Amino acid sequence: MKKLAFLLALIFSLLPAAALAEYITVFNWYDYIDESVISEFEKETGIEVKYANFTTNEEMYAKLSTGAGEYDVIFPSDYIVERMLAKGELAELNLDNIPNRSYVMDWLQAPAYDPTGAHSVPYMWGTVGILYNTDLVDVEVNSWQNIFDLELAGEKSVFMLDSIRDSLGVALCSLGYSLNTRDAEELEAAKQVLMKQRAEGIVKGYLVDETKDKMISGEAALAVMWSGDAGYAIMEGDGNLAYVVPEEGSNVWIDAMCIPAASQKQELAEQFINFLCRPDVAARNREYIYYHTPIQQVADEMDEEEKQNPAFFADQAIIDRCEFFHDIADEMEMYDRIWMEIRG
Amino acid sequence: MKRSAFAGPYVVWMILSTVAPLLFVVYFALTDRSGAFTLENLAKFVDPIYLGVLWRSLYLAFYCTVICLLIGYPAAYFLASKDFARNQALYVLILLPMWMNFLLRTYAMMSVIEDTGMLNNFLKWLGLQPMEIIGTEGAVLLGMVYNFVPFMVLPIHTALKKMNVRLIEAAEDLGAPPAQVFYRVVLPLSLPGIVTGITMVFMPAVTTFAISRLLGSGNFFLFGDIIERQFLESNDWNFGSALSMVMAVLILISMSLLNRVDPKKEGSGAY
Repeated sequence: MKKLAFLLALIFSLLPAAALAEYITVFNWYDYIDESVISEFEKETGIEVKYANFTTNEEMYAKLSTGAGEYDVIFPSDYIVERMLAKGELAELNLDNIPNRSYVMDWLQAPAYDPTGAHSVPYMWGTVGILYNTDLVDVEVNSWQNIFDLELAGEKSVFMLDSIRDSLGVALCSLGYSLNTRDAEELEAAKQVLMKQRAEGIVKGYLVDETKDKMISGEAALAVMWSGDAGYAIMEGDGNLAYVVPEEGSNVWIDAMCIPAASQKQELAEQFINFLCRPDVAARNREYIYYHTPIQQVADEMDEEEKQNPAFFADQAIIDRCEFFHDIADEMEMYDRIWMEIRG
Repeated sequence: MKRSAFAGPYVVWMILSTVAPLLFVVYFALTDRSGAFTLENLAKFVDPIYLGVLWRSLYLAFYCTVICLLIGYPAAYFLASKDFARNQALYVLILLPMWMNFLLRTYAMMSVIEDTGMLNNFLKWLGLQPMEIIGTEGAVLLGMVYNFVPFMVLPIHTALKKMNVRLIEAAEDLGAPPAQVFYRVVLPLSLPGIVTGITMVFMPAVTTFAISRLLGSGNFFLFGDIIERQFLESNDWNFGSALSMVMAVLILISMSLLNRVDPKKEGSGAY
């Protein structure tokens, strides 16, 4: 009994100290921020940041919904914002505390997944496209056929994304269907495209994080990739890599900053979001992770050559032919099944 | 204080880290999302797609175990022999890779066997045809053997070390030729080590997941991959738990079969 009492005393003596120190817990994608930005925020505001990482939206959502931790700022993608909003899992932001939100580009002020713009602030955005090696590809790359047609692609030449929605989305785009289709026949047709691609030996592998380094070292000629990873590969490579968003269209996406409804520290969290929207801070993050910035001023200050490169910035023409993902959580089992048939 | 009390900390640890999670797995496996009892998760597993993945995991683990035994036994035999008694360098070399995290080792292996990796660059430099290894089942097998072979060597080495040398001398005195000494004396006495080694290699091999992604380039799933997917991608804990349960039962069955080979439990009981 004595031991127990001692232990309790110990715990209670530690509690007040923990409660007094102001801190927030931030849950972001791996490698998705210039970390010096965090320490600068801590220095400026005196708020301590506890930082945790995730790899996919699904993983983040799973951790949030099991209540495995208390998070104050999260970085879900558009369709997850849509889902969480529908379920009432996001706090309404007090926009007075986030004046820097006004720097966000006009077309991102009230996006479809958050029509009032009151529950999310865009952090980064980008597209899905094809990164290719100009030394290894001698045809023009501007279509999804470049990765699905054996004649154009060649054997063992393409890295696909190990991600159900992205890979199936690419196949749907190549057929002219919507990324968000629930039509079983359209999904079946897309499945056939991916199965044929695999059966003909075009696919070199299904990966996510490893692909950019493999493209730099010339392991494959083409890869389906997110624009920021493509931007990284282009910057680190030998100048023989290029990125294109195919003319049939593709996915454009936004990673937003949100506050879970369960957060007890909304005001502190809003300070953090506001800080990340400050143009000088946003510029540093953009230069560090190469994704498209939603902050107009930062985009305006990019040099012309970079701005013309779709890996670093999508112009209006690209945005117009791209589509956002919508939440299809209820169809996930069908998607999963299709993906198993392709990969298994 | 009773002596059994000394086991207290471990019992608590085991309840928290083994028994409780195991109960969770069984609970999730036998319920649906709403928490109602169902056998649907197990029924879903009986599908050519998942059975095919299981079959691939089993035969790759089997090959891996056989190769580890073929490489590991002679190595352990040499390590335990008198010629080697004063030289511990090789022993350290076998242990050395285990000081590093297996993921790092696997990443390193990946960059060696890639098409543009060290091995192929070397072959090209020699004027030879480069080899296509990465992304194949062979590459995954290579990675498994590379990672797991020390787990075969060490228990066999221990068993051989424990062996009474006089038994061998006695066999030799009675006129047994070297081959017979090996088959009639050394091999049976080292059997407990072999059983432990097989267990320690087969179990991690059959549940492998990251190696298949890194060295197989994600070209095919292993059973561990599809379990991981259920938790991280599909968010279907119930089906993921059902798959884990199937795997646990399979391991249990194979271990009990293996135990018949070593009825006296002389293997150091790694399971």
